[in-house]
Amino acid sequence: MNIYLPIAEMSVNVLVIIGLGGLVGFLSGMFGIGGGFLTTPLLIFYGIPPAIAVASAATQITGSSVSGALAYWKRGGVDVRIGAVLIAGGVVGAALGSMLFKLLQALGQIDVTINIIYVVFLGTIGGLMLREALAALAAQKAGQVAPTRMRARNPLVTSLPFKMRYSESGLFISPLAPLLLGVATGILTAIMGIGGGFIIVPALIYVLGMPAKMVVGTSLFQIIFVTAVTTLLHSVQSQTVDIVLAILLLAGGVIGAQFGVQAAQKLPPERLRLFLALIVLGVAARVAYGLTVAPSELFTIYAA
Amino acid sequence: MSRLLALALIWLACTAAAPVKLITDISQSRIDIIYTFKGAELLVFGAIQYANGQVPDEPPGLAVVMRGPAEPITVRKKARVAGIWVNTRSARFESAPGFYAVATSKPIAKLVDQRTATIWEIGVDSLQLSPTGNATPAETEEFEHGLIDLRRRNGLFAEHEGAVGISQNILYRARIAIPSSVPVGSYTAQIFLIKNGEVIAQSTSPVEIDKSGFERWVFVAAHNHALAYGLAAVAAALLAGWGAGLVVRRT
Repeated sequence: MNIYLPIAEMSVNVLVIIGLGGLVGFLSGMFGIGGGFLTTPLLIFYGIPPAIAVASAATQITGSSVSGALAYWKRGGVDVRIGAVLIAGGVVGAALGSMLFKLLQALGQIDVTINIIYVVFLGTIGGLMLREALAALAAQKAGQVAPTRMRARNPLVTSLPFKMRYSESGLFISPLAPLLLGVATGILTAIMGIGGGFIIVPALIYVLGMPAKMVVGTSLFQIIFVTAVTTLLHSVQSQTVDIVLAILLLAGGVIGAQFGVQAAQKLPPERLRLFLALIVLGVAARVAYGLTVAPSELFTIYAA
Repeated sequence: MSRLLALALIWLACTAAAPVKLITDISQSRIDIIYTFKGAELLVFGAIQYANGQVPDEPPGLAVVMRGPAEPITVRKKARVAGIWVNTRSARFESAPGFYAVATSKPIAKLVDQRTATIWEIGVDSLQLSPTGNATPAETEEFEHGLIDLRRRNGLFAEHEGAVGISQNILYRARIAIPSSVPVGSYTAQIFLIKNGEVIAQSTSPVEIDKSGFERWVFVAAHNHALAYGLAAVAAALLAGWGAGLVVRRT
């Protein structure tokens, strides 16, 4: 069954797109991640133009983060004030990112930039996750309780000026730290079509020292707003948001997420983190391979 | 009576002197791209009206050219830089058709000479792409080949040699496949009657390819009301995500 995408201007197989959304949804339900880092490269592998894949994936993430964010909100798991600072930074970052996107597109270097950023970020984060997961598994085998990491206070963060109290998270830090974190993830959202949860979550825990129960909700809260702003920017600047594509991905994603949640309950968390680390590293390796191996097509055509 | 006779004589004289004519029609003068669009096939058909109605013994030479709107494009070529493949050089072409297909009654090389092929742009290698910039002729040729090769593999450039069917040396027909990734716009079907390598008659028919219904509505909204479209996209994503969450929790 095929459907013609009005913005991507091509006919795609509905079941493939829904299945792709479902696969990413399954993983996101299983690991509690947004999955944008998988959606965008998979769409590009399928043949969707990169600019449209990036913009539409951002729209899809807005939708797929809603129900999770609402659930955390009801439980009081969202720090609205830190979230607002992250969003403010995220909006600035998204604006910078979409300008950078346009510039790189004009230079013909957007694809290679997206791929290099993917390799660097996914490689680094996947490597860190793998090390932690292996250490936890080894500790478990040795019969020890896995050491719970102390809430870190990064000396660089504590030395920043204009400190404020964030009572919901019990933090006394400068808003500059979450603001800069927001800017960095906003740029990545606009360029790579990812929510950035896999960067915000560890940064909130290990750099800002936020309590774990607030982290995921706050991250989802900021992702909704930043991906929404990114959708608006891409719509206005480059008309690359394909709403039909985003809705199809969303449909598959919601179904897949339910199965993912069920599967996650049957697996111990250390195993889960190990699998996630391997998937992240796998995507990084695949993209790196694509960068270095001689492409089957040397030429590309750009309008204008 | 004499006036009637005179008219009849004039008519006879005209038909006698009248050059050979091509009469053409197309199965569709408009292709609507709707959500089920998977590509289309156009049937170009018609008849050859010979001078004095004298049908020759040997089959006529025919070329059917379907072309889409031309637009300026940049072609980029990747090269290896520090181990990874990066776009390095590029060339600009001012008038590359977004779609070009030619069907002929026999191999192009046997149908027309190089000069005629170039004048009428018969065959993908004879397209006038109007390269600009300061590239050397060799470089321009390299990029032209790259462009043609890429579009051929995407089905946007095609040559169907020997695909024009001819009956009784009068009627002709050719099928042109339109892939789903075709650009929208005004297309033309040109039919050339060729004798001894020269074009002796031609006719042109327009074809409109445009999005229709929901597809058109979405496309127009995205381009003419970009901010409203973006807001609607966000609202749709939020509603879909929220609604789907509710449905799933119930079940």
